[in-house]
Amino acid sequence: MLTFRRWLFTLSLLLLIWIITVLICLLQGTEPITFSDAMRIIGARLSSKDTGAVDLSEDAVILLQIRLPRVLLAGLVGGTLAMVGVALQALLRNPLADPFVIGISSGTALGVVCFLLTGLNVSFLGMTALPLFGFLGGLATLSFLYGLSRVNGRIFVQTLLLGGVILNAMLSAVIMFITYMVDANKVMGIVYWLMGNLSSLDFKPLAVVTLYAAVGIAVLFKSARGLNLLALGDETAVTLGLDAERTKRIVFFASALLIGAVVSVSGLISFVGIMIPHVLRILIGPDHRLLLPASVLGGGIFLVAADTIARSLIAPTEIPVGVITALCGGPFFLFLLWRGRTRYSNP
Amino acid sequence: MASIYTLRNVSFRYESEWVLNGIDLTIDRGEVLGLIGPNGSGKTTLLKILGRHRKPETGGVWLESEDLARISLSTLARRVSMVPQELPVAFPYTVLEMVLMGRYPHMKGWAFESADDHRIARSAMERMGVDSFSDRLFTELSGGEKQRVIIARALAQQAEVLLLDEPATFLDLHHQAEIYRLLGELNRQDRMTVVVVLHDLTMASQLCHRLLLLNEGRVYRLGTPPEVLTEKVIEEVYHCRAVIDAHPTTGQPRVTVIPD
Repeated sequence: MLTFRRWLFTLSLLLLIWIITVLICLLQGTEPITFSDAMRIIGARLSSKDTGAVDLSEDAVILLQIRLPRVLLAGLVGGTLAMVGVALQALLRNPLADPFVIGISSGTALGVVCFLLTGLNVSFLGMTALPLFGFLGGLATLSFLYGLSRVNGRIFVQTLLLGGVILNAMLSAVIMFITYMVDANKVMGIVYWLMGNLSSLDFKPLAVVTLYAAVGIAVLFKSARGLNLLALGDETAVTLGLDAERTKRIVFFASALLIGAVVSVSGLISFVGIMIPHVLRILIGPDHRLLLPASVLGGGIFLVAADTIARSLIAPTEIPVGVITALCGGPFFLFLLWRGRTRYSNP
Repeated sequence: MASIYTLRNVSFRYESEWVLNGIDLTIDRGEVLGLIGPNGSGKTTLLKILGRHRKPETGGVWLESEDLARISLSTLARRVSMVPQELPVAFPYTVLEMVLMGRYPHMKGWAFESADDHRIARSAMERMGVDSFSDRLFTELSGGEKQRVIIARALAQQAEVLLLDEPATFLDLHHQAEIYRLLGELNRQDRMTVVVVLHDLTMASQLCHRLLLLNEGRVYRLGTPPEVLTEKVIEEVYHCRAVIDAHPTTGQPRVTVIPD
C-alpha cells in the first residue's frame, strides 16, 4: 500500500543511489580522477561567479566538459526509456511491452535518419528540430499500431504487440536500406548513432533534449493514477470514472514525444524499457504514482552504470552502450518469457 | 416508486448484427432487477449500456433526469458501480490496493488516499469478509475471493446503483449463497439499486423483485418472478421443458428443467 511516507522514503533512497552512481561514474574512465580532485574542481566551478575564469586543467576539462554532460545524458535517457516502458506496459496490460520491442524506437530512428540525410538544419522554436522529427516518426508508428489493433474502440493487445514486432523489423530494414544506399562518409555517423551511444554531446543539445523530455515526463506523471486503473482493463477503468480512451491517447502521445527526444540523441538503446520496470515492480510494487518517478531514477542509474562500463571496459576503445544493455537485457527478457511461457502460449 | 434508470427505444449492434432491439425499460430506485435470457439474448450488452461501456445506436438512456451520455464519467462512477464478469489484472496489486481504487472517482488529481478513503475501503472489505487478507495479491486469490474483492471495490465507490454480470458463475454453492446473501443485504440495508445478470433462473426468482427476460435482443417479459417464469415462457424462449413449483422456503417460483 502506498502512503506519502513510503513514497517519499523510496524516492529519496533511489535519488541517493542515483547521485552516488553519478559521482562514481564521473571518476571512472581512461583518465581516472580522484574523488578529492573532482570535489575541488566542482567546488571551484560552483563558487566562481566569473565564467571567464574557467579552470582549464586537463582533469577539469575531462570532468566538466566531457564526462558530466555524458553522465547526465545517460541518466536522462535511461530514466526516460524506463518510464516509457512502465507506461506502455500498463497501457497494453502486457509486461513484455517496451518502446523498442513494439517499434516506436525504430520509427523514431527512421524519422531521425530522414532528417539527417536531408542535410537541412531545420530549427523549431530556435532549437534543432531533430527531436521533433524523431517524435513524428515515433508518433506515426504508434498511430499505425493503434489503428491496426483497434476494433470497435477496443484495442486488441496481442495484435498490437505482434504488429509492433513486425513493424520493428520492417522499419529496421528500411533504415538498413537507406544507410546502404547513401554515401559512406555520411553513413558512418548514422550507423554509430544507431547502435546507441551517448558520447560527443555538448551541454546545449542536452538542454534541448531535457526540455522535450521534461514535458513528456510531466504528462506521464500526471496520468499515474489513470495508469493504475488502465491496468485493470478499459471497462473497469471507465466504471471507476476514468476516461480511458483519453488517458490512452495522452500516454501514447507523451511516450512518442519522450522516445523522440531520447532516441534522436542516443540512438537505439534496447531493453532498458523492459528490464527496469520489471525489477522495480518486484521491489516496490505496481502503483504507478511511485513506479513512474522510481523508474526515471532506476533507469538512469542503470544506464549511467552501463555507459561507464561501455567506455571503460576495453578503453580507450568505446563499446556502443546499446551493446551492453542488449547483452544484459536480452537474457533477462528470455528469462521472463521462460518464466511466463505457459501464460503466453495459452491466452 | 421513483425510477432511477429510464431507457427509451434502445438498440445496439456489433458490426451488422443487432444485439438489442428497441428496449424500453424503467428501473425503480431500490429494486433488485434480474436480467435473464438465453445465451446471446443481449443481457450483458444491456448491462454494459447501463454502465456506459457501450453507447446505444438508437434511443436514449437517462439516469434520473440526466442523459447518461452527458454525465461526466467521474460523476457517473460516484453513482453507478459495476462488477464485470471478466477480471483482467495486468499487475500484482494487493487486495487493499484494488479496493482503494474504488475511491478514484472521489479523489482529485495526483493524490494519495486520505484517512477517510482508507476507512471507507476498510469497512467495504469487512463487509465482504476480505479484510483478513488485505495484503495478499489479487492475482493469487481464488475465484470466489476475487469476486468478493471486486464487490468490495464497488462498495468503496459508495454508489447508489450496483450492476453485476453473473457474479456467482464459477463459484461453489457456499460462495454462491454468500454472494446472493450479500446482494440482498446491500439492497435492504443500504437501499442500493441492484441490476444483475443471472443464468440461474431459480436463484434469480428468489433474489430479484422483478425479472427482465430478454430474447433475441427484445424484451420478452418484464414483471415479478411469478409473472415471468411460467412453463410456457420457458418452453418458448429456452426451447426446453421445465416444471415450475413454489420454492419450499421463499414461495417464489422454482424452475426444474426436465431432460428430454
